[in-house]
Amino acid sequence: MVETKIKVDYLARVEGEGNLYIKVIDGKVERLEVGIFEAPRFFEALLIGRRFHEAPDITARICGICPVAYIFSSCRAMEKLFNIKIPEEIEVLRKILYYAEWIQSHALHVFFLHAPDFLKVDSIMEIAKIHPEITRKALKLKAWGNRIIEIIGGRSVHPISCRIGGFYRIIKREELKEIYEKKEEMQNLAKELLEWIMTLNIPKMERDFENVSLRNDENEYPLIGGRVISNKGLNVVEEEFEKFIEEFQTPYSTALRYKIKGRGPYLTGPLARYNNNYDRIRGEVKETVEKQGYQAPLRNTFQSIIARAAEIYHATLEIGRLIDNYVEPQKPYIEVEVKSGTAYGITEAPRGILYHAYEVNEEGIIEKANIISPTAQNLAYIEKDLLELIPELLKMNYNDARLLAEQTIRNYDPCISCSTHFLKLKIERKP
Amino acid sequence: MNIKLAVFKFASCDGCQLQILNMEDEILQLTGKIEIAYFMEATSRKLEEPYDIALVEGSISTKWQEKHIEKIRANSKYLIAIGACATAGGIQALRNWSKNEDYSKKVYPKPEWIDTLAESKPISDYVNVDYEVRGCPVNKDQLLWILSQLIIGKEPFTPTHSLCIQCKIEGNTCIMVADGKPCLGPITMAGCGALCPKYNRGCYGCFGPMDASQAEKLAEHFINMGMSKREVTLMFKGFTSWSKPFRKVVSKYGGDED
Repeated sequence: MVETKIKVDYLARVEGEGNLYIKVIDGKVERLEVGIFEAPRFFEALLIGRRFHEAPDITARICGICPVAYIFSSCRAMEKLFNIKIPEEIEVLRKILYYAEWIQSHALHVFFLHAPDFLKVDSIMEIAKIHPEITRKALKLKAWGNRIIEIIGGRSVHPISCRIGGFYRIIKREELKEIYEKKEEMQNLAKELLEWIMTLNIPKMERDFENVSLRNDENEYPLIGGRVISNKGLNVVEEEFEKFIEEFQTPYSTALRYKIKGRGPYLTGPLARYNNNYDRIRGEVKETVEKQGYQAPLRNTFQSIIARAAEIYHATLEIGRLIDNYVEPQKPYIEVEVKSGTAYGITEAPRGILYHAYEVNEEGIIEKANIISPTAQNLAYIEKDLLELIPELLKMNYNDARLLAEQTIRNYDPCISCSTHFLKLKIERKP
Repeated sequence: MNIKLAVFKFASCDGCQLQILNMEDEILQLTGKIEIAYFMEATSRKLEEPYDIALVEGSISTKWQEKHIEKIRANSKYLIAIGACATAGGIQALRNWSKNEDYSKKVYPKPEWIDTLAESKPISDYVNVDYEVRGCPVNKDQLLWILSQLIIGKEPFTPTHSLCIQCKIEGNTCIMVADGKPCLGPITMAGCGALCPKYNRGCYGCFGPMDASQAEKLAEHFINMGMSKREVTLMFKGFTSWSKPFRKVVSKYGGDED
């Protein structure tokens, strides 16, 4: 009997606390678990009894890396329920803020968490020794993303300026000047870094996964709202999405998992978004990736790092265009008239589609909440991906196999802090 | 000799430790003075204990965490609690008011697979904490300041006055006086730069109570402004609700209601 075990007690360079356990006996997989031991924080229960306008600030605390995503998914849900039409000026500002979060979050993952895998080092501090210029540029770009969030949001982690209906105050064009002046420099940096990422030694593989992302009617790369689509025929409105997926719990994890009903695990995130919306990404981005021989769709999850770097470049270009179009609104927000009912909203978080649903009563009090994070959606697919990787892993020595398995998990930029708190309320609320 | 820095996470959103990685201009300089001995989000390289400085993010909310924090304390010269979760239990401490003994029963389909305590509590409820850095999230400049003070061998300190004072220093118009908006600024610890009033909204207390805060007096003032008990309760029942002064107000106006 030949027994092979791969065990990682605490996965490094991911957000939050997870582990990995693989056991193979005579080539047959006995156990394969991506475990989540992050302490649950019960957000869906905490939201009950809170006022509708508190949802953005409270849910932002689910994730320190993508708080803007939580703010906008909850705003989207409430605004749809209350039939609020957000004026173009406010939409433009929201898009700038959201793209800035993509830049800082993607730059964190690409350079701090993921690139070390491709270069066989432990951290960005080590990359800084081999590629000091690249590191300096990556930090500069990440800082620009954070600076944009600071200016529009007040601070980069848990920004304070957003509310249902818009912003707490008008952001002046003058305030955006500082970031606008650096846009060309940042676009050039982003292009150069994308080119550098494509020169990394990316493992070869091909998978037939289901890409799930938003797609909108405005002919734009998806950010806030739209239809949820896939390359295997999914095409539903935000309100219907939950009916098409199935959730399940496992004994080794504090996060729930998801699959498409009748089909199985699926992928959400930059790779899925890029594959489903390649026709809407900026031409400059297409030109850069195609020059190095990459064609959409990308079917290799190790190439998610390219999709992320491509989205960073796209975001820098779009922020430039959006600031050009930004006109200060007359009023910073639209007044809300509370209506009871169920609120549904989906936006594209850096890590993929983020679903919020709330039942709100006539006083605007939340009676039930359900939030499905991108990482929770990806967990089942991560395990499927690892399962398919087993024959490769068995050919390698232990250390290389462990590192490749870890790298495979990091391909998804899992945010474990996010994934842990999404637990459906199974019993009725208290009277 | 380089200072050995360790970063630990308990129940939290990662936002406070992210502030370290957000020091884009300083991180490479810092690594000249500080050796990162343990920081799972940033590096897979781990150095042996003991540590000179342990930064601890998150609240204690599971049995495993109760044991782990004691081990960290024993192995660290300075233990610094960073952020609202580590210093006040965080937003997840809202569950501390729940009547139900086992919260997870309400939330998980299979609660027997979950190990969690009924309450979420700050680090100082379990071990001696040398310094606390407030905020949800911490202000990265304040964190950097404390680290640099320790590096040069000085006793670090952070302001203990209210956000209200900060607002005056910054020259903001008082939104409570001018616009009649409720604001926790008069009793909240300074440190964020008075951000919310700058963006035309009331402070929501994410840095927690200042020293000798008059939380109950402010709550009375809110009632006199015409706010309902429920609204007042919700204002104090936020990101630092389990801090003693805020807890008192919540118990007085909200009691066990959830």
